[in-house]
Amino acid sequence: MKYGPLLFLGIFLTLASSWVGLTVIPQMQFGGLQTTKIEETGRDYPLNTWGAASKGRELYRANGCIYCHSQQVRPQGFGADIERGWGTRRSVSRDYLYDKPVFLGTMRTGPDLTNIGQRQPSVDWHLSHLYDPQITSKGSTMPPYRFLFEQRKIGAKPSPDALKLTGEFATPPGYEIVPTENAKDLVAYLLSLRADAALLEAPLGK
Amino acid sequence: MNSQSSPSLRQALTPSDNDSSPERKALLAEIDASCRRPVLFMFANGLLWLMAGTALALLTSYKMHSPNFLADWSWLTFGRVRPAHLNTMVYGFASQVAIGVAIWLMCRLGRVPFMQGGLVVGATIFWNIGVTVGIVGILAGDSTSIEWLEMPGYAAYILFIAYALIAIWAIIAFRFRRERHLYVSQWYLLAALFWFPWLYSAANMMLVIDPVRGTVQGAVNWWFAHNVLGLWFTPIGLAAIYYFIPKVIGRPIHSYFLSTLGFWSLALFYNWAGIHHLIGGPMPAWLITVSVVASMMMIIPVVTVAINHHMTMVGHFKKLKYSPTLRFIVFGAMSYTVVSLQGSSMAIRSLNEVTHFTHYTIAHAHLGVYAFFTMVMFGSMYYIVPRLALREWPSARLISIHFWTTALGILLYVVPLSVGGVLQGLAMNNPDIPFLKTVELTKPYLVTRTFAGILMTVGHTVFAVNFVWILARRRKAYQPPVPFIAAGLQQEAGAQLGKDI
Ligand code: HEC
Repeated sequence: MKYGPLLFLGIFLTLASSWVGLTVIPQMQFGGLQTTKIEETGRDYPLNTWGAASKGRELYRANGCIYCHSQQVRPQGFGADIERGWGTRRSVSRDYLYDKPVFLGTMRTGPDLTNIGQRQPSVDWHLSHLYDPQITSKGSTMPPYRFLFEQRKIGAKPSPDALKLTGEFATPPGYEIVPTENAKDLVAYLLSLRADAALLEAPLGK
Repeated sequence: MNSQSSPSLRQALTPSDNDSSPERKALLAEIDASCRRPVLFMFANGLLWLMAGTALALLTSYKMHSPNFLADWSWLTFGRVRPAHLNTMVYGFASQVAIGVAIWLMCRLGRVPFMQGGLVVGATIFWNIGVTVGIVGILAGDSTSIEWLEMPGYAAYILFIAYALIAIWAIIAFRFRRERHLYVSQWYLLAALFWFPWLYSAANMMLVIDPVRGTVQGAVNWWFAHNVLGLWFTPIGLAAIYYFIPKVIGRPIHSYFLSTLGFWSLALFYNWAGIHHLIGGPMPAWLITVSVVASMMMIIPVVTVAINHHMTMVGHFKKLKYSPTLRFIVFGAMSYTVVSLQGSSMAIRSLNEVTHFTHYTIAHAHLGVYAFFTMVMFGSMYYIVPRLALREWPSARLISIHFWTTALGILLYVVPLSVGGVLQGLAMNNPDIPFLKTVELTKPYLVTRTFAGILMTVGHTVFAVNFVWILARRRKAYQPPVPFIAAGLQQEAGAQLGKDI
């Protein structure tokens, strides 16, 4: 092969084809997808995250939770996502309309979190778990996020949101562990995660 | 062999600088001299990042089974160290060394000295500033959490500009080549040098700077991430294999026809394969089907290239003993065959159902980026560095240690972790097994990986020592590196081919 220009043309066209096929056409096909009204509740779906939850979303991004947690439920009959209780239906494009970036994930060292807000609604559980996963889940390989908490001397009276730690996790006498705003935001985000509305393109149970 | 006459078939099959006439030797010396500063500078920086990336890798691996280790400082939390490791290796080490190898090959094959070496050294400094900014950004909490593209937008700009300033000179070297005839390595190099900036800028535009909506991001993400491997590292790795195997053993590549078929089928199919990373995910079925089909079609270029490389080697395996370059390159070429066929199989839905979301994928990725690409780059550096530094490698023993620790290390990494991944996937798909069991059962494999990592760290360290040593040595008049018969073999071969043509 001696013809540089011909070679270059081929090189150009091959990548152009997949760029158009895998990014531009999808953008045209479902990049303009809109929210939909859910009949029973009369509310739009999905809703944007806001306030504490949207700050928590940034913490989820900054601290790389995606390297161990996916946010996508595979359909019934492919894997056991629904049987494990990770969702009541498969995930579809519409679930992610507001997500920048989308946290689809490719790894499940930990469970899928698409519906963690529905599956585990307890703020206290999440705070203890983030402070040290061994408290709630012995043997977990999830890292502790103690840097989202503050250890401080108990003042005139103990603060109301101090973690209740016992046994091997107990704090030294006179001290307490208090979640920072960051920890509370992250939990608010986790609690906001639920994709359980039945959609036309994704009825429950499938 | 002169560039005016039309190339014979023999010439079309062989890297074109096998000739020992005095003029040719002078030209090669001139080319090497012009590449010396920029290419050695890239290699040196690449090795610094290799060492940093290795430290981050060990830390990541260790944390995966001992999560309490260094957990209390946000900068070193698992979810930041892991992408910091990946980005150091991909942009700091692998890409930088790849560009160095590409420049040298472009000049050698086109028989032109490299222009603007000084400017390129400047651009390389800029590139390394970009990588540093990006890695610090990730550790500080600015990661985008978009796989393979974690560096924050401000670092991406720096990298893109630096890349453009470097690559343009490699392309100019191609454009003004004196040898008009093209060797297969040049097709791959030209393609890679052009594909990478397109992939990188399009993905940054559509994901970081002005993100597209919803799951379209997923499509763009995997179009990009898969192609960084397929259209950037793979072609440069293959270009090096196509150059060094015939070069070192002194025998033309097996088949010109297969080279062409392999190149164009790779260009056509690799492209489209990326969305298989989202099988079962919230994507339109057609998009996933297209990628599964393309992944299957990849068997064509892989088998073609495999036949071409391995058939060229047949009958010459004893030369592996003498040439470190050949040893690393052939290890890489074999890994390429294995990892690519494995990759195609992972797009089969029934297998994907098990291996997706598990450590199996991580093992596969390392088989590709490390056992194939990195080993090929090591091999290339063993050949190129002595010619640029005009010195021999000071220690053959260190080379041998480097080979065995990395070769055994990566096997000890990939094989057990793949087994662990399959067990993890099978357990995950059985809803009667509590989730924590899937965590528990992978632990021994994760610990094994840390040991593999320690082996590879030893390898990288001795390589770095040898590299610093060769540069620090007193320069002697240029002699082909004697301890390694490869050089002798290749000279002999050169003489033979010179007579042939
Ligand atoms: C190194 C891997 C790893 C990382 C990183 C990680 N996790 Fe986990 N996570 C796990 C594992 C393993 C489990 C299962 C055991 C447990 O409950 O701790 C888990 C469980 C969870 C659960 C409970 C899920 C359930 O179904 O009960 C939540 C919530 C969670 N993680 C949130 C997070 C958040 C938020 C982050 C980021 C700040 C994060 N994880 C980072 C590994 C990880």
